[in-house]
Amino acid sequence: MKEKTKYILLLMSFVLIAMGVYRGEVKEVLQKAINICLECIGIG
Amino acid sequence: MASTIIGNGYMEGFAKGTIYRGKLKSVCFPGLNCYSCPGAYTSCPIGSLQSVAAGLKHQVSLYVIGFLMLVGTIGGRLVCGWLCPFGFFQELLYKIPSKKFKMPKILNKVKYFFLVVFVLLLPAFFTNEVGIGLPYFCKYICPAGTLEAGIPLTIKNAALRGAIGIMYYWKLMLLTVTIIFSILISRPFCRAVCPLGAIYSLFNSVSFYRMSVDGTKCTKCNVCNKNCPVDIKIYENANSPECVRCGKCVDRCPTKAIKSGFISEKKGRLNHEKILDASCGADNSH
Repeated sequence: MKEKTKYILLLMSFVLIAMGVYRGEVKEVLQKAINICLECIGIG
Repeated sequence: MASTIIGNGYMEGFAKGTIYRGKLKSVCFPGLNCYSCPGAYTSCPIGSLQSVAAGLKHQVSLYVIGFLMLVGTIGGRLVCGWLCPFGFFQELLYKIPSKKFKMPKILNKVKYFFLVVFVLLLPAFFTNEVGIGLPYFCKYICPAGTLEAGIPLTIKNAALRGAIGIMYYWKLMLLTVTIIFSILISRPFCRAVCPLGAIYSLFNSVSFYRMSVDGTKCTKCNVCNKNCPVDIKIYENANSPECVRCGKCVDRCPTKAIKSGFISEKKGRLNHEKILDASCGADNSH
């Protein structure tokens, strides 16, 4: 059973990544990451 | 250590008090590594998860969830034991000679609270009138951000230094507490707080990379437990959600009963694990 589960999870992960890329999330992640996160450093 | 150096190798950032702004930042680092660390080439998955949820477009990031699911399915918490810079930092601190303490097991569950409340719910639903939220875990909790980004950036960047306020000192205090606890207790942040560890822990029982214990060789001498950074008895549950798969038990086992790797059940290499489960009654069935 677990043997099958891990292959299903692997497939699901690729599907989710593809859906995220399609929804434009890569740009959102990049936009946040290339600017200093003031909250992260305790200033924002 | 190598992953910490490679993942944070943008030396210009440390020298100038700035951060890397290239396209690699659209890719997440598997471990907890703040994307505002001056040396970071990649993004923090927990920060990215919150920043997408806190934005206007989506409440959940499928891209980041998919990435974490991929890493988790391959290795479970292997990342915690081998790739995470903040885990490595805690390992170093625990080497400082002092009286050592055990962490109450109930605290292992607290990290799921931080994951659900601070990473998933608050950024998505506790928003302002426009609909924009905040990365609550990064803002109020994460000591990795203070260590990897806050301190180096405020040292080199005068503008940021001028903006230091009460929140900076709050996070500095949390980092200090984490450091003190990490000297006294092995990996306290990984075990009780880290939302990334909480996510990967869900995959330990199904991941491709697995631990296994040969019940015919194991004498339950507890050498594994005495050397375990997260204080588990691997012979009770070889793929416990708490196991960070550092491999110390594999190296130290006097009877060589513990194995780890990309073990396939179909090839029958886990049969001895089943024998052990049957003998000790652990919930580790396949």
